Amino acid sequence: MSSSVPATSLGEPNLTAILFFFVFIAATLGITYWAARKTKTTEEFFAAGRTVSGRQNGFALAGDYMSAASFLGIAGLVSQSGFDGLIYSTGWLVGWPVVLFLIAEPLRNLGKYTFTDVVSFRLKQTPVRVSAAIGTLAVVSFYLIAQMVGAGNLIRLMFGISYELAVAIVGIVMLAYVLFGGMIATTWVQIVKAVLLMFGAALLCVLTLAQFDFNPVTLFLRASEMYGAEVLAPGKQVANPWDAISLGLALMFGTAGLPHILMRFYTVPDAKAARQSVFWATGLIGAFYLMTFVLGFGAMVLVGREAITAVDKGGNMAAPLLAEVLGGTGLLGFIAAVAFATILAVVAGLTLSGAAALSHDLWVSVHRKGDAPREEQLMVARVATVVLGIVAILLGILFKGQNVAFMVGLAFAVAASGNFPALVLSIFWRGYTTGGAVASIITGTVASLGLIAVSPTIMVDLLGADAAWFPLKNPALLTIPLGFASGVLVSLLAPEVEAREGYDSKARRMIMGVE
Amino acid sequence: MNDELRALVRARRQVALALSVVVFALYFGFILAVAFAKEAMAREIVPGLSLGILAGALVIVGAWMTTWIYVSWANAHFDTKLAAHRTKGALK
Repeated sequence: MSSSVPATSLGEPNLTAILFFFVFIAATLGITYWAARKTKTTEEFFAAGRTVSGRQNGFALAGDYMSAASFLGIAGLVSQSGFDGLIYSTGWLVGWPVVLFLIAEPLRNLGKYTFTDVVSFRLKQTPVRVSAAIGTLAVVSFYLIAQMVGAGNLIRLMFGISYELAVAIVGIVMLAYVLFGGMIATTWVQIVKAVLLMFGAALLCVLTLAQFDFNPVTLFLRASEMYGAEVLAPGKQVANPWDAISLGLALMFGTAGLPHILMRFYTVPDAKAARQSVFWATGLIGAFYLMTFVLGFGAMVLVGREAITAVDKGGNMAAPLLAEVLGGTGLLGFIAAVAFATILAVVAGLTLSGAAALSHDLWVSVHRKGDAPREEQLMVARVATVVLGIVAILLGILFKGQNVAFMVGLAFAVAASGNFPALVLSIFWRGYTTGGAVASIITGTVASLGLIAVSPTIMVDLLGADAAWFPLKNPALLTIPLGFASGVLVSLLAPEVEAREGYDSKARRMIMGVE
Repeated sequence: MNDELRALVRARRQVALALSVVVFALYFGFILAVAFAKEAMAREIVPGLSLGILAGALVIVGAWMTTWIYVSWANAHFDTKLAAHRTKGALK
């Protein structure tokens, strides 16, 4: 059944897709208009006035986190290599309990707008904020490139418009949300997107399983009958065991260092609500990743591997093609619109966190020493948003046609090696110092970037060299310990009395919040 | 910070670290098995369901369970003690 390549209407303008797309845009711009009238201070612009409930924030976190890479990417990966996709599905989920146990509550109690607030809460502001802003902007840029290039390709494929136009549309609509509606609009766009994505994935799952007696095992069995039992077993993605381990580390600890995710914890009123939001987010994201597995195998069996790669070499169209097989152009259109909403919501969250680093960390805290008039803070935040929006569009166009899939891994590696060690050490170790924090972030970030530049991903796959200087595709196995070790070493060599005293005096606030 | 609050901080730390270790062990047990015990992971328990797929699904369930355990502990135990501490502080 896989040998006949089904005719797909993918790539032709799809009436349902365009209709759903305009309904989504109209609804979210309506939300933005409503949010804009409530956005008058930086507290509203960056933290939605801290009025978001735990459950709402859980949905928004899920919406912020489940990118096109997880929806289309994992489904595609599973449809092509079967079991191997499960490493991503599980890895991207197990980061959440880590966020909950170690980070979420102290983060909410100590900080204001960015995770840098927490790294620097008892350290010298300027050096820590500058280095953490570098860590943030590195993660945000790589993540943005991956999202924008993905957006351009997907939307071109699904709506039949040019790549550049697709990138520009994403950039401009996202700018409208963030610039006018700030975090309030971004939160609701992410909630709407999370609901749409869960609904879309669940619908595809039910329709798929309906053809297999509602038993996933029957589906897996059919897949192994068609393509061999190896689709159910570890395969070529994990040919080098150390690659699998290093990737696993980056996925698990990267989540706890992603600036746009951490920023969402400031939108809730207190630590308890922060905790509840991870509870909801973990539930939703776990359910979603379980479903991507059915979608991937469903596409493998019902669409066929060759038919999927015929449309897109990377396999990214597996889920939309599955939708077309199950429900015709109507369902394809709906899923295409959901994928579009997915990208928009993630890009908005990324832009907002980049803008917070530029305006709150660099402009207000470093340049103005924390003392800037409210109007100026909001103005700088909006200027930073526009700058980032334009940068995102330009990066998207600049990287056209490049294979940027590795950039999501890169963003996770930098987040896990630079931001995560700095956060954990600052929260849990009173002996941590300003020099230690700078060392963790800069060492982790620079080492990840450097080692990826000489990894097989860049040197062999991208530049066509015979061998790479560094053997691992993802450097986290080496760079996470480096981030921790450099921070500990520098702190031990040059202790900082004020930092210890600062830790003790803030210890009560860390657990009780602002009283 | 008095002794009572300090004990509460220590309790939270212990629970948080213990559960982190559990999640880490679960996931890395899975990754190590995938990396070094490929044949075992390929074995089908019933036709169509390999040990690897079952283990992966169980890791997701494990992440849910530990999250649930922490949130219930914190909501019931930690918050109650913290609230008691707060009211006591207010009375002083």
